[in-house]
Amino acid sequence: MSDIVFCKGGGCTAKLGAGVLSKVLEKLPKGEYDENLIVGYDSRDDASVYKISEDTAIVQTLDFFPPMVEDPYTFGMIAAANALSDIYAMGADVLTALNIVCFPESMDMNILGRIMQGGAEKVTEAGGILAGGHSINDSDVKYGLSVNGIVSPKKILANNTGREGDVLILTKKLGVGIICTASRAGEASQSALDEAISSMTTLNKYASEICRRYNVNACTDVTGFGLMGHLHEMLSGRLSAHIISGSVPVMRPALGYADEFLLTAAAQRNRNFTEQYIEFNNIPFAMEEILFDPQTSGGLLISIGADESERLAEELRSAGMPASIIGEITRKDKKEIYVS
Amino acid sequence: MIKIDAVGDVCPIPVVKTKNAIKELKGPGTVETLVDNEIAVQNLTKMANQKGYKVESKKIKDDLYSVVMTVGEAQTENTEQILTAADGTRGSIAVISSGFMGTGDDTLGAMLMKSFIFALTQQESLPKAVLFYNGGAKLTCEGSSSLEDISYLAEHGVEILTCGTCLKHYDLSDKLRIGGVTNMYEIVERMSRASHIIKP
Repeated sequence: MSDIVFCKGGGCTAKLGAGVLSKVLEKLPKGEYDENLIVGYDSRDDASVYKISEDTAIVQTLDFFPPMVEDPYTFGMIAAANALSDIYAMGADVLTALNIVCFPESMDMNILGRIMQGGAEKVTEAGGILAGGHSINDSDVKYGLSVNGIVSPKKILANNTGREGDVLILTKKLGVGIICTASRAGEASQSALDEAISSMTTLNKYASEICRRYNVNACTDVTGFGLMGHLHEMLSGRLSAHIISGSVPVMRPALGYADEFLLTAAAQRNRNFTEQYIEFNNIPFAMEEILFDPQTSGGLLISIGADESERLAEELRSAGMPASIIGEITRKDKKEIYVS
Repeated sequence: MIKIDAVGDVCPIPVVKTKNAIKELKGPGTVETLVDNEIAVQNLTKMANQKGYKVESKKIKDDLYSVVMTVGEAQTENTEQILTAADGTRGSIAVISSGFMGTGDDTLGAMLMKSFIFALTQQESLPKAVLFYNGGAKLTCEGSSSLEDISYLAEHGVEILTCGTCLKHYDLSDKLRIGGVTNMYEIVERMSRASHIIKP
């Protein structure tokens, strides 16, 4: 089987644009109101949360996409880490997971075996049980997980509950979208790709567990809509934010590839959707692109009171994450996001 | 005029093909690229704007767009010159005397300092050395959010020196991760010999 069939342009770069999506979602019937549905798609959060008792809520999410790397095993790990991430973004623990598989019957089944092995290993690392799955014969490869998690309703970390004066922390570097794209064009270095893969296969479990020891006000994971898109969701029309672009953790080669115009379609879609909310104060073109870069299995974006922020960032760093304070939340201003 | 058919190609291939065609021009000229989606048009337009090429696009029919770039005299010679510390800086040095840039809000100050060091790595001409002292000494030590940027500087020939007295004061002597340790005599000598000093 040729490599090209396997990897056409996957990961979160394959996500439908937020612009198109919201048009469809707005028209869907809301269904009957249920007070136990604490988080639904109204708030565009990372996962749904349903309260089943006073001290237990079920967190449900699913994520799947086409391969973004050539190696099936690596792809399996990345797809799983990405799907599991939504559970961690909610502050929850992983319980069970089910495989979602689309695979051409004519392709070598060993490839599928490697993909699912990578996925299973990440579920095990997450402390979850891989309990089954569903597979479809399809013209292209797609893989992901449906994941169930559990959390106390009082400890849910929503994405839109940040407060004025909060400090924003990002736990992983940006740039994996553009590096994978450059790699497909044959223009990425092996070391850049290695750095991207190592970041994408890292579970947000460890960041999430550290966060629980602090009074985090809001949390989300940065994925397909890029840092700007997910920050926009976090601010939810109530607040504004100031981002210091030079303090945003970035994979250095990604800046070089952006300067070489190895641009993704998804980043441009993200730009089209969120640019109206943003004021860029003379920052370099490459950095702008990175801020719109769709992340596969990206890091957590954390909103926390200023008094605890430095300690949290330091603890995340001492656990080996490239975590950095990247900006602050302010009261609502003319623009939603200011980047300097 | 060179014509590029990038119909059916996904980003960034249309941009890569167009860039290669512009290289082939070896001078002023025109490149027309055909693509099948508007996002590709926008990405090509971004590149043209960044490079300063004249750009015009039109929709020919559904799923077919034409982007025409005109490369003028001024933009053709683009020999990139990367200066490093070794080849001819005028011997500037940067001095980091605190973990914070400026006074006022320390959360802001810490972000600004990280941003300053990152921006330093993005300069075409790097300083000969960066001196870290007092609160600045923490930036070369374990737990600093600037370690990678400072490593980048070190890898590109910039000498990284941290004040030994300060490391001792903050009990960081065994936490230094990048560069060497320096003392007051060397700090004074380096500063007085430098052509100019960059200080955030």
